[in-house]
Amino acid sequence: MSVHTLTVDGVEVAVPDGASLLDAVRAAGAELPTLCHLDGLTPVGACRLCLVELEGSGKLQPACATAAGEGMAVLTQTPQLREWRRMAVELFFAEGNHVCAFCVANGNCELQDVAVTVGMDHSRFPYQYPNRRVDASHPQFAIDHHRCILCTRCVRVCDEIEGAHVWDVANRGAECSIIAGLDQPWGEVAACTSCGKCVDVCPTGAIFRKDDTTAEKEAHRERPQLLRAARDQHQWQNQ
Amino acid sequence: MIAPPSAQSPPSAPSPPQAELPAQAVERTTRLIRQHRGRADALIEVLHQVQELYGYLPPGALAQVARELKLPLSRVHGVASFYHLFRLEAPTAHRCAVCLGTACFVKGGGELAARIEQRLGLRLDDAAGNGTWALEHVSCLGACGQAPVLVVDGRLEPRLPMDDPEALDRRLSALGLTAGADAADAPGGAS
Amino acid sequence: MASPTPLQLRCCAASGCRSAGSEALQAALLAARDQLGGAAEAVTIKPVGCLRLCGRGPLVALDRSGGDGQEPSAGSTELYAELTPEQAPALLAAATGLGDELAAQRLDPAHPFFALQKAVVLEGCGVVNPESIDDALAHGSYAQLKRVLLECTPEQVRDQVKRSGLRGRGGAGYPTGLKWDTVALQPPGPRTVVCNADEGDPGAFMDRSVLESDPHRLIEGMAIAAYAVGADQGYVYVRAEYPLAIERLRLALKQARAKGLLGAGIAGSSFNLRLEVRVGAGAYVCGEETALLASIQGQRGTPRPRPPFPAQVGLWGAPTLINNVETLASIPVILREGGDWYAAIGTEGSKGTKVFALSGAVANTGLVEVPMGTSLRTVVQTIGGGVPGADGPNGGVKAVQTGGPSGGCIPAHLLDTPVDYESLRDLGSMMGSGGLVVMGETTSMPEVARHFMRFSVNESCGKCVPCRAGTVQLAQMLDRFVERRASLADLERLEALCRMVGATSLCGLGQAAPNPVLSTLRYFRQEYQAACREPGQCEPPDACLLQEVTP
Repeated sequence: MSVHTLTVDGVEVAVPDGASLLDAVRAAGAELPTLCHLDGLTPVGACRLCLVELEGSGKLQPACATAAGEGMAVLTQTPQLREWRRMAVELFFAEGNHVCAFCVANGNCELQDVAVTVGMDHSRFPYQYPNRRVDASHPQFAIDHHRCILCTRCVRVCDEIEGAHVWDVANRGAECSIIAGLDQPWGEVAACTSCGKCVDVCPTGAIFRKDDTTAEKEAHRERPQLLRAARDQHQWQNQ
Repeated sequence: MIAPPSAQSPPSAPSPPQAELPAQAVERTTRLIRQHRGRADALIEVLHQVQELYGYLPPGALAQVARELKLPLSRVHGVASFYHLFRLEAPTAHRCAVCLGTACFVKGGGELAARIEQRLGLRLDDAAGNGTWALEHVSCLGACGQAPVLVVDGRLEPRLPMDDPEALDRRLSALGLTAGADAADAPGGAS
Repeated sequence: MASPTPLQLRCCAASGCRSAGSEALQAALLAARDQLGGAAEAVTIKPVGCLRLCGRGPLVALDRSGGDGQEPSAGSTELYAELTPEQAPALLAAATGLGDELAAQRLDPAHPFFALQKAVVLEGCGVVNPESIDDALAHGSYAQLKRVLLECTPEQVRDQVKRSGLRGRGGAGYPTGLKWDTVALQPPGPRTVVCNADEGDPGAFMDRSVLESDPHRLIEGMAIAAYAVGADQGYVYVRAEYPLAIERLRLALKQARAKGLLGAGIAGSSFNLRLEVRVGAGAYVCGEETALLASIQGQRGTPRPRPPFPAQVGLWGAPTLINNVETLASIPVILREGGDWYAAIGTEGSKGTKVFALSGAVANTGLVEVPMGTSLRTVVQTIGGGVPGADGPNGGVKAVQTGGPSGGCIPAHLLDTPVDYESLRDLGSMMGSGGLVVMGETTSMPEVARHFMRFSVNESCGKCVPCRAGTVQLAQMLDRFVERRASLADLERLEALCRMVGATSLCGLGQAAPNPVLSTLRYFRQEYQAACREPGQCEPPDACLLQEVTP
């Protein structure tokens, strides 16, 4: 297996061929916020939080969806990148209805964590207060679209790991929403196996177990990775 | 630890009601899907043809398309709702589209839309319209040389006279763009 | 065989003139010809594509000498505008020298609108019958395809394209020859050619005109491209808003297949090519390469991060060449005349000609093909005739918008800028696909910026957050300027968010969405400042106060 050597914020790292820039950043011991990315799922490069600058090119690339290459010089923490990252988080907060105080995921929410990481204490952009739906038709789970950040982890885990493809994205632009089946109540969609993987991977409190109340949601975001490893490499971790 | 894929019903079983779809249309849908040899990448082409059949994309027809192209329901709905030309609700009897492309914008397309909204008593881009007419915007029809333009029931109407309100009203009335019962109230509609 | 006819009437049958009633006109002309009796035989009436001056359709060109297969020489052709079916007999009378009732509707072919144009891509546009492959063949279509299949290697074809200096006409201006090489030099395996005919920029109708007027030229260009990169299948992705273009393209493909110019063993060679039309369904973002590929595969038209580029990993994972209509339609001429001939036209960095769709507040609206490097002033004022009813040094022009929602507004004082990729980019705009919308002095620039931002809000696919949520915020900020309730802090926030959306969006749509705002801020900043609530804070303060007292 060939190896690429590159630098991340000046630190030299070597990663195997096929590794992403995010893998390289982690190998260098640097931290990058991510929201749409989840180990074990296909990267989509949608949340733009893991954007890094490649020295010399001036272009920004999403670390999760860009292959590491020989000799790259990656910058992860330029003042400009930090500012844009913060603005992106503000845009996430302003476009939905995120009220941590009574959210099931309070204390276990990646959006909240990212806000802390980038130092966002308020949004400079006006809140949009969208009027979205809550679907509690499933016997065990519910989805509150107000808290959805359209990371599409649920769509991907259901398609790539569970193989049921219950979820997809409907509409476009600011009207985008996660739908089950033909935009039906979740509980009516026969394809759902009630496996709960979408609950496990949801970064916020958008998809949750009905028996969880404020700050009680426990997510298991490592599961897609474990399942993928089990499937691809026959490495079982359930003993 | 993690629930195994349960042996419930298979993922392809569609739940929306299909009863209201005419059997003939369902059969034609099957035939046209067969013409595409059931290829999943023909989805957009198939949706165009199904919309021609029904005038819009009823949920039952979407379920049938999903089943016969072997695609997940949510994928079919996701695609159908992504593209602006696909309608998920039954259309009004008459439809008018006003072009708000740049050339039409410069030549008064915005005012034209407002004028029609007022005449018909409806809102732009509200699919329900006034019950008879619906007004939607299009981003550019490439008929910029004739700006501003309208499409009334599929027919392109060029060069609306925005600098002459009376001529504009006459032209709009001639196109039938007059709210049914309120025709007499509509300026220019009474003559 | 038919002997050369002394008279030929070419009736524009492209959608611009059609909407103005050209079909009824042509029918009336045919009926009137039948009334001529014996003289009727000498008159040919044929439908053709765009005759350029779309704003004054329906148009009919009258060739006094020459016939089918012969280019009408200058001076022997007359062009009549704004004809009605009732005027058909009068037109025939004029043609046969029996009257001159229509003198007022006769256009001067020496007018700069026609005289300054150089037809390369549009060579057959308005000359050939778009629905007849025989007519296209008589005008030289497919001659270059047959020649290269017999005489040239794919490398030689690519070499000519590289020598021509042709750059992508879809907007970004990537060197076409380089793109072809990239695809051709991928590891062995299947390849695909895709023609991007999803012309979505408002104010652009060049590609529609080519498809409606001369579809065989595009097919020939695609076939040559496929040969040059080793592809055996191709797709033309056309937007659904162009029904006539789709109809004519489908007909042309059918005719080409029937003549053995597409399919297996083309023109007796071992080269095979299957071409299909794919129709969009109303999504501007599908003009972006990766979104277009997703749409061809029957998916939501959302882009994905590049690299890998479609030239490496494209349709169904295979290397894919994506070129726009105008780029591919330039290919047959380049091969006929040679890459060096093409490279001699235009400027150092931008070779050849460019087709523009001229519209907005301008006297002559229509299709204009000029050498690259022609100044905007020539295009807008000399060719376009300036703003109707206005005069002065800039002829009532306030700004020219180029590049659609991805481009910017170039102010009147920069009209002497040569039109080429770099000059436009330096001015904060871009070539885009070639729409030129002229804006008169009454146009409000914050309103123009909001118009484009609303377009981007509407057309954002929603995948990445800067574009999905950022454009919404930008449009709302612009509302404050249009409604004159903004503050100077808003101006700062507007610029900061513009830079963020531009730098961090996933695809070209989001990256370019702030351009109309940034370019109007650059050249018309005083209009934004004047829209601020606290006029005292504005600089220069007078400008605001003056604006404030006249609501």
